[in-house]
Amino acid sequence: MKPGTLLDRLANRKVLVSDGAMGSLLIAKGLQPGASPEELNVTHPDWIREISTMYREAGAEILQTNTFGGSPIRLKQHQLESRCREFNESAVHIARLAANNSAFIAASCGPCGQLLKPYGELDSEEVYESFCTQMSFLAAAGVDAILIETMTDLGEAVIALKAARNAAPGVPVLVTLSFDETPRGFFTIMGNSIESVARELEKNGADVIGSNCGNGIETMTRIAQAFRSVSKLPIIIQSNAGLPSVVDGKLHHPESPEFFEPHVRKLAEMGVGIIGGCCGTTPEHIKVIRRIADEINAGRSKRAED
Amino acid sequence: MDLLNELSQNIIGGDREAVLSLVRQALDEQMPVARVLNEGLIAGMNIVGQRFKTREMFLPEVLLAAKAMSAGIELLKPHLLRNNVPMLGKVVIGTVKGDLHDIGKTLVIYMLRGAGFEVIDLGKDVEPQKFIDAAREQNAQVIGMSALLTTTMTVMKQVVDLAHEQNVSAKLIVGGAPVSRQYAVEIGADAYAHDASTAVDRIRGLISAKPS
Repeated sequence: MKPGTLLDRLANRKVLVSDGAMGSLLIAKGLQPGASPEELNVTHPDWIREISTMYREAGAEILQTNTFGGSPIRLKQHQLESRCREFNESAVHIARLAANNSAFIAASCGPCGQLLKPYGELDSEEVYESFCTQMSFLAAAGVDAILIETMTDLGEAVIALKAARNAAPGVPVLVTLSFDETPRGFFTIMGNSIESVARELEKNGADVIGSNCGNGIETMTRIAQAFRSVSKLPIIIQSNAGLPSVVDGKLHHPESPEFFEPHVRKLAEMGVGIIGGCCGTTPEHIKVIRRIADEINAGRSKRAED
Repeated sequence: MDLLNELSQNIIGGDREAVLSLVRQALDEQMPVARVLNEGLIAGMNIVGQRFKTREMFLPEVLLAAKAMSAGIELLKPHLLRNNVPMLGKVVIGTVKGDLHDIGKTLVIYMLRGAGFEVIDLGKDVEPQKFIDAAREQNAQVIGMSALLTTTMTVMKQVVDLAHEQNVSAKLIVGGAPVSRQYAVEIGADAYAHDASTAVDRIRGLISAKPS
């Protein structure tokens, strides 16, 4: 997308708007429980394109590819690892069509879904190779950023970050983890504090750091504050629309776009660089984020001129 | 420090080798096997469960503790059988159809075995009917279901419905990140646990509440 890169925009202290949930909308279109969402990049590219287009029209200027589980290790759980290249390339192509030259494309890369040694069975070299494979396909297809997301193990996040640096040289890397609130602050389930997450990611060359999933937007404002207090890197926050419950047999996320509004404003005012949605968010949530980002950005431009 | 207390401390510390050597020592000293299990291994794991709940301990330490405990139990098993120490009950457990996540479920299994339950692990991506069939075949008192995804938790309702349709006597308990007590009530499950140590408490409750 022109003009300027994603990092230039962030350096200009602009709030950028990312998109919202993909999975729940894919299910609404007919994704079967247990099926690989990445396979849809080939079997139903129109579904993905429609969703991404809705988000762009709602005001998202960063569109995420449908590649969260597109690494060979993840695809192997569906016996689809041989189709890694095809799924990832197709996803980038779809996102580019939806972007219509007016949005950046961020390549979503989720965790491998298993514990690494010594807690689980996977070797870190195997995980590194898996990320390298996926990311090299994504980079070759042409993305504006790699988004390593929903990580709960800082060790795996760093492996993915190193893989991105190796397999996608020159491509900005955004890394987000999911945190639990404890009486002693925020930690991942593996026990990584926000301070250690920020320090390690910064040391290993992440361009943007933050959090996605696991929490609603109010908690996310406190997570963002914690990142702000320990790091100067641009911050990205992609919040769930709260934690889900089932109402009348259907999955319901409690936080409405109206509920989001004051908290989104708080995020923007504290200087969070990228704000988007995760589970349960819709184009309506993204519209609210867009409106607030525009207000804040206009105010900042005006002050810069004064 | 007495031997059982030391055993608990080494469970908490996740020191597998120390646990093994202490269990051997306890057996050599003719200590009652049930005491080694309850006051050594399980007492330690109970503390681990509490500390995980409050996040004084995190998953890596809990897994090390659970592995140390499993090793200790393996060593004790022949003696438990010989001494007729009764198992507390039998549980079949799995991650529901469509869901490939099993870290949480694995933890629950460790904790249940640690607490003295017999556990049949059905694995992940388990078909609804398979829960029912396994509970019947194994004569299990409890069926445990896990899901990490909001998209797969709805499969739990299918299992509950099948169990009711087919008059399965086993009680049903659900858990996993997106699952809530409200959801458990709504789908008609008998219990919900928000973490592994609570799962042990709830399952204990379900089994003791069962008319015999």
